[in-house]
Amino acid sequence: MSCNDSLHFQYVVSKDDFTHAGSASSDVKNKLKKMNVDASAVRKVSIAMYEGEINMIIHAYGGTIDVDIYEDRIVMCLKDTGPGIANIEEAMQEGFSTAPADVINLGFGAGMGLPNMRANSDEFNIESEVGVGTTVTMTIYFT
Amino acid sequence: MTIKELIDKNIFTLLNDGENHDVALTGCYCCDLLSIAMGHAPEGCIWITVMNNVNTLAVASLAECGCVVLACDVVADDAFLAKAKEQGITVFRSDLPVFDAALKAYNCL
Ligand SMILES: Nc1ncnc2c1ncn2[C@@H]1O[C@H](COP(=O)(O)OP(=O)(O)OP(=O)(O)O)[C@@H](O)[C@H]1O
Ligand SMILES: [Mg+2]
Repeated sequence: MSCNDSLHFQYVVSKDDFTHAGSASSDVKNKLKKMNVDASAVRKVSIAMYEGEINMIIHAYGGTIDVDIYEDRIVMCLKDTGPGIANIEEAMQEGFSTAPADVINLGFGAGMGLPNMRANSDEFNIESEVGVGTTVTMTIYFT
Repeated sequence: MTIKELIDKNIFTLLNDGENHDVALTGCYCCDLLSIAMGHAPEGCIWITVMNNVNTLAVASLAECGCVVLACDVVADDAFLAKAKEQGITVFRSDLPVFDAALKAYNCL
């Protein structure tokens, strides 16, 4: 596999589906482990992708995750169908959350998901349009 | 200490045997907020929490915690136990509060 060839996988994430939350991240983790990717990179991918997956379930109306695995890196593109984020700078702050009470009771809502995603990614990009949706793209290099 | 050794200490009730007995336990970690645990739980830790829903198990698995201890006598329902089995996560329960459960585990490390 050369640097610019990738293995592509797509996952569909459904709104409010807490039973399967994390299954896309788990699947990617297992694939990377089978490919003998460095354990610390696998852990970063697992953390970053799970936080993104759960945000699509809690805050958005679901969407798709496209994963491309290259020889030296993984690129995860999480695209949801709304409602979008009005103030990205505020959403990125540690501790900022609009999680409703029912999901706080499940242990979410610390406002640490997006900061965890950024901290565990080598490249992190978030774009959002209110009423349209949010797209987060994260790249993590295998050391 | 390995998971097998923690099981054999009998300080907590075993709810699910993840059949990962040789995993080395590195320390204790206490937190109930999932994304804080996701960001800070060390690999191989004994994670003591009262958050008894399946998302705890997703985090434990993805962050590679060693095992989970449900403290404070919280109950694990069937969905929780089924997921623990499916994911191969060793889960204990304890009637002790979080700090006391962690201290007890810490003293065995
Ligand atoms: N995909 C998304 N669509 C719409 N809003 C989002 C999305 N992701 C995050 N947000 C907004 O950004 C805020 C911060 O997100 P972040 O993941 O950091 O924290 P949280 O999900 O509220 O809590 P935690 O992740 O700690 O459980 C959210 O509360 C929500 O208002
Ligand atoms: Mg979040």
